[in-house]
Amino acid sequence: MREREDEWTDLMRSAISGDDAAYHRLLKAITPVLRAAARRGLARAGQPVDQSEDIVQDILLAVHLKRQTWDTSAPFAPWLFAIARNKLIDALRRRGRRIFVNIDDFAETLPGETPEPTVSPGEVTAQLQALPARQRDVLQSIAVDSTSIKDTAAKFAMTEGAVRVALHRGLASLTAKLRDR
Amino acid sequence: MDTDQLIRTLTADNAYRARPIGLALMLALLAAAPVSLLIFFAELGVRPDVMTAMHNPFFDLKFAVTLALAASAIAVSLHLSRPEASLRSFGWWLLIPAGILVAAISGEMMMPQRTPMMTRLIGKNSVACMTAIPAMSLPLLVGALYGLRHGAPARPAVAGAVAGLLSAGLAATVYASHCTDDSPLFVATWYTLATAIVASVGALMGARALRY
Repeated sequence: MREREDEWTDLMRSAISGDDAAYHRLLKAITPVLRAAARRGLARAGQPVDQSEDIVQDILLAVHLKRQTWDTSAPFAPWLFAIARNKLIDALRRRGRRIFVNIDDFAETLPGETPEPTVSPGEVTAQLQALPARQRDVLQSIAVDSTSIKDTAAKFAMTEGAVRVALHRGLASLTAKLRDR
Repeated sequence: MDTDQLIRTLTADNAYRARPIGLALMLALLAAAPVSLLIFFAELGVRPDVMTAMHNPFFDLKFAVTLALAASAIAVSLHLSRPEASLRSFGWWLLIPAGILVAAISGEMMMPQRTPMMTRLIGKNSVACMTAIPAMSLPLLVGALYGLRHGAPARPAVAGAVAGLLSAGLAATVYASHCTDDSPLFVATWYTLATAIVASVGALMGARALRY
């Protein structure tokens, strides 16, 4: 467990200094842990666990957009679990339950425990449709069609800089829509 | 969009660098400050005897209290903008201005006074103080909340209240140069009430604005 969390901290430091591959590995590594915790939280609240993927995506978006609040000299896991806990409580509250989420829900996950997603999540996809056309096109091109930023720029006759801006704004407004729905 | 696709998209956005919270907060406060100063100079202005007042230690102490409030609330705000932070470790910083105020009151008690205690406490400017500090705080509070939206506070209402304290501290610093009531008893009563109003407004606004 210690080792795993130290590895996350190293990956996040590399990610922040510009290593995209490290960032990808980190997000992939934390996802099953978040998924397990989301399922446990839903189960305890008597909610169907097939909604866990919406919560996982919510947490991943928050991790991404708030990563500048992580102090690079501190361990990554407590920061991550604080964000995850906040988002999980929010999600359960929205579903009409007040519930205490134990921080151990996140830390407890055993390394071997890697649950697979159950149902394709609906909330992010639904909110994606409500974005301004430019942001939606760019997000869809990069996320769904897995086109690179360069090729997306060529496809929509935009500069790469403009694609990057639309991508970031798209992610930020997606998060705002998920929060305020 | 499945989770792998989302992760790929977030990775594509890795190059984006958000402003550090401290910088975001400072820029937002600098943008809001002219509005507060406009209210001050249009409605109040610096007191005419400011040059002689500066020789009165109790006039100067008002600034020590309000600046200590602003500085400690800024530090606590920045701390609270982290998701894993709580008031527990840094909250006591907010007691520094209160401590200065208590020391000032005891200092004044030990000196011979021409006016009775209640007269000093009630003063002449209580209404102005209670109106001007909240009015000048409001633009700063909006600015502070805007800047702090870059953060991820665990308790948005608490973070909003501290943003209220920092705005009130800054507004009261400017207001103190207008107010002719220099007794620490006056400050402890009316400045505190005005600050409490702003902190409550901050808590209400923050509960919505600072959710992430």
